[in-house]
Amino acid sequence: MGEVMILTGNYSAAYAAKAARVQVVAAYPITPQTSIVEKIAELIERGEMKCEYVRVESEHSAMAACIGASAAGARAFTATSAHGLAYMHEMLHWAAGARLPIVMAVINRAMGPPWNIWPDHIDSLSQRDTGWIQFYVESNQEFFDTIIQAYRVAEDPEVRMPAMVCGDGFLLSHTYQPVHVLSEKEVEEYLPPYEPPFDISDVDNPVTHGNIVLAEAVGTQVGYMEYRYLMQVGMLKAKDKIKKAADDFKRMFGRYHGALVEEYRTNDAEVVMVSMGTLAAQAKYVVDMLREQGYQVGSVKLRVYRPFPYEDFIRIGRRVKVLVVVDRNASYGYCGISAADIAAALYGEKNPPLIMNFIVGIGGRDVTPDMQAELFMRAFKALEEEKEGFICEWVGLKGD
Amino acid sequence: MSAQRYPLEEYFYPGNASCPGCGATMALRWVLKALGKKSIMVVPACCTSVFMGLYPKSAIGIPVLNIAFAAAAAAASGIVAALKARGKDATVLVWAGDGGTVDIGIQALSGAAERQTDFIYICYDNEAYMNTGIQRSGATPYGAITTTTPILGKREHKKNMPRIMIAHDIPYVATATSGYPHDLFRKVKKAKEKRGATRYIHILAPCPPGWRFDSKLTVKISRLAVRTGMWVLYEVEDGKFRLTGPSKALLDPEKRLPVEEYLKLQGRFSHLTREDIEEIQRWVDRQWELISKMVSKE
Ligand SMILES: Cc1ncc(C[n+]2csc(CCOP(=O)(O)OP(=O)(O)O)c2C)c(N)n1
Ligand code: SF4
Ligand SMILES: [Mg+2]
Repeated sequence: MGEVMILTGNYSAAYAAKAARVQVVAAYPITPQTSIVEKIAELIERGEMKCEYVRVESEHSAMAACIGASAAGARAFTATSAHGLAYMHEMLHWAAGARLPIVMAVINRAMGPPWNIWPDHIDSLSQRDTGWIQFYVESNQEFFDTIIQAYRVAEDPEVRMPAMVCGDGFLLSHTYQPVHVLSEKEVEEYLPPYEPPFDISDVDNPVTHGNIVLAEAVGTQVGYMEYRYLMQVGMLKAKDKIKKAADDFKRMFGRYHGALVEEYRTNDAEVVMVSMGTLAAQAKYVVDMLREQGYQVGSVKLRVYRPFPYEDFIRIGRRVKVLVVVDRNASYGYCGISAADIAAALYGEKNPPLIMNFIVGIGGRDVTPDMQAELFMRAFKALEEEKEGFICEWVGLKGD
Repeated sequence: MSAQRYPLEEYFYPGNASCPGCGATMALRWVLKALGKKSIMVVPACCTSVFMGLYPKSAIGIPVLNIAFAAAAAAASGIVAALKARGKDATVLVWAGDGGTVDIGIQALSGAAERQTDFIYICYDNEAYMNTGIQRSGATPYGAITTTTPILGKREHKKNMPRIMIAHDIPYVATATSGYPHDLFRKVKKAKEKRGATRYIHILAPCPPGWRFDSKLTVKISRLAVRTGMWVLYEVEDGKFRLTGPSKALLDPEKRLPVEEYLKLQGRFSHLTREDIEEIQRWVDRQWELISKMVSKE
């Protein structure tokens, strides 16, 4: 099914937007995302992609234009990285609050200063609480497939939350891999046309969207808090929808990348490494390597970060002795962002695993398979020493 | 002014990471010569954030605050306020690209100018987002190929930023280009002396890789921009408009070279049709009609 093309992660995202029949793209350049929107511009000018393209003057405007388009009934797409995503922040809350199922590709990159354009997860993880579904992908194929899945989940009437699909800068964005590219036609049945939650273009049934809502519920009118609670309901509902979107995708196109998490050789594992994006791809390779040497190790790819798959971590946590949680980010003054969420999920467990949180690869610093293997070894040593609880450590600092 | 009257001190050093023939760095060298040591520079994301060098090296000999893309004029406002609060004195300069000025940074710039912030804002205009690899900006001219207008070329004309700044009623607005450094030097000096409010200079800065021309042609192309009337050299001092340099002689359309002379040296225009070229010529003529009205207002 589809055509195999050799694509960078960015081109893969551009072709996914095309296959998803997006109707409006509003975008702004930023390294390492730029070639997504350049490719889309090219596809449109070549007449290969039918879509309106708004070449906006900032990312704040890019997201605002997507909000306008989505509210007027068009399927909207954008892409950004780091500072661009941070500059959208206000509009991210707006898109989610308006329940507009915009999908955005995020190419993960570090934040300045100092300027740095290399992979780091701080950009998207620091947008965690805006109400966006967050996917993290490990390959260009997963990037393509997940953008299509993301529209299906985001637009589900029971969900209606925007979604970002995040891929590592350069490691995916500028790395060529074979990708099965589906056509618009092939995707049509899986992803039916967009039905907006409300339609601001409908002059026969005028709606005013976004007026003031008071804190208190008055009479039959619900208050602001109820609207926010409905976002929570939509997000929680998204869990089943993500699973179904992945299963249906597998059934129709034969590919599966996991649902909220993807487990790899975890069944009898004593030590499991949890990571996101390309780190998870490399972790599988390291697991195979250590398995050959007789170590009972496994890997968990944290594929969906919001809604957070805490049930999966409770289930996995009951089976394993150590969770090695690798974060390509840090919440200054605490620990890695994902480790804090995972630890919270395991609170109250009778025999929780030891959590070893390692901060690695900040600003694109190389994370080698040897380094990951070493982290596994550290876990086995901690087991011998009967360590318990939670440890957080920055790995590979100069002077270590 | 004879050549030996220019300061010998350099505040922009060789060995920087710009491309050969970079019009922006040619201009920056003269800007810093004119401003001198007691100056502080604010740089938003742009080519300059790259060519100033990899830490711990810097090609710039005055203090530099790098700042986020949209934020240069606002950060400069903060520096100006702090200097005042601390009883210190220095010239505050924003050095920003066209994207950081006419697009994402226009709000902060307009705000700072309306507050008559005591600083100089210089836009070096290479007519696209070059740092990220040649995407169109509001300052990209009609017809130019960029990576976001890859086949047809840009369909809209260039935003006239100096006129927007004139509308802010600031004491000094000027245009310049890399190929006429003496004109540029004089304007920066004048801007430096006009303390107490916002001064704005817009420099057309040819870019060999972005405009696709041989790096030895930077000065020639910069001068052809002026000679064809595509770019107009002028200053507006306390509301008084004055053409400067070769532009003084170009009010008469007969004196201007056809725009094609400028366009044909650049790969970004190589696909233009006859109609496109005529459209650009008409645009130039319209710009000059506006200019002639400003001149006659004197
Ligand atoms: C909020 C934000 N969006 C996008 C970028 C990416 N970016 C960095 S420099 C640049 C283009 C700069 O263009 P311009 O101001 O014309 O300067 P030039 O690079 O041409 O010198 C872009 C888009 C960024 N750093 N921050
Ligand atoms: S891309 Fe253009 S503006 Fe940027 S350093 Fe090179 S020549 Fe100068
Ligand atoms: Mg530019």
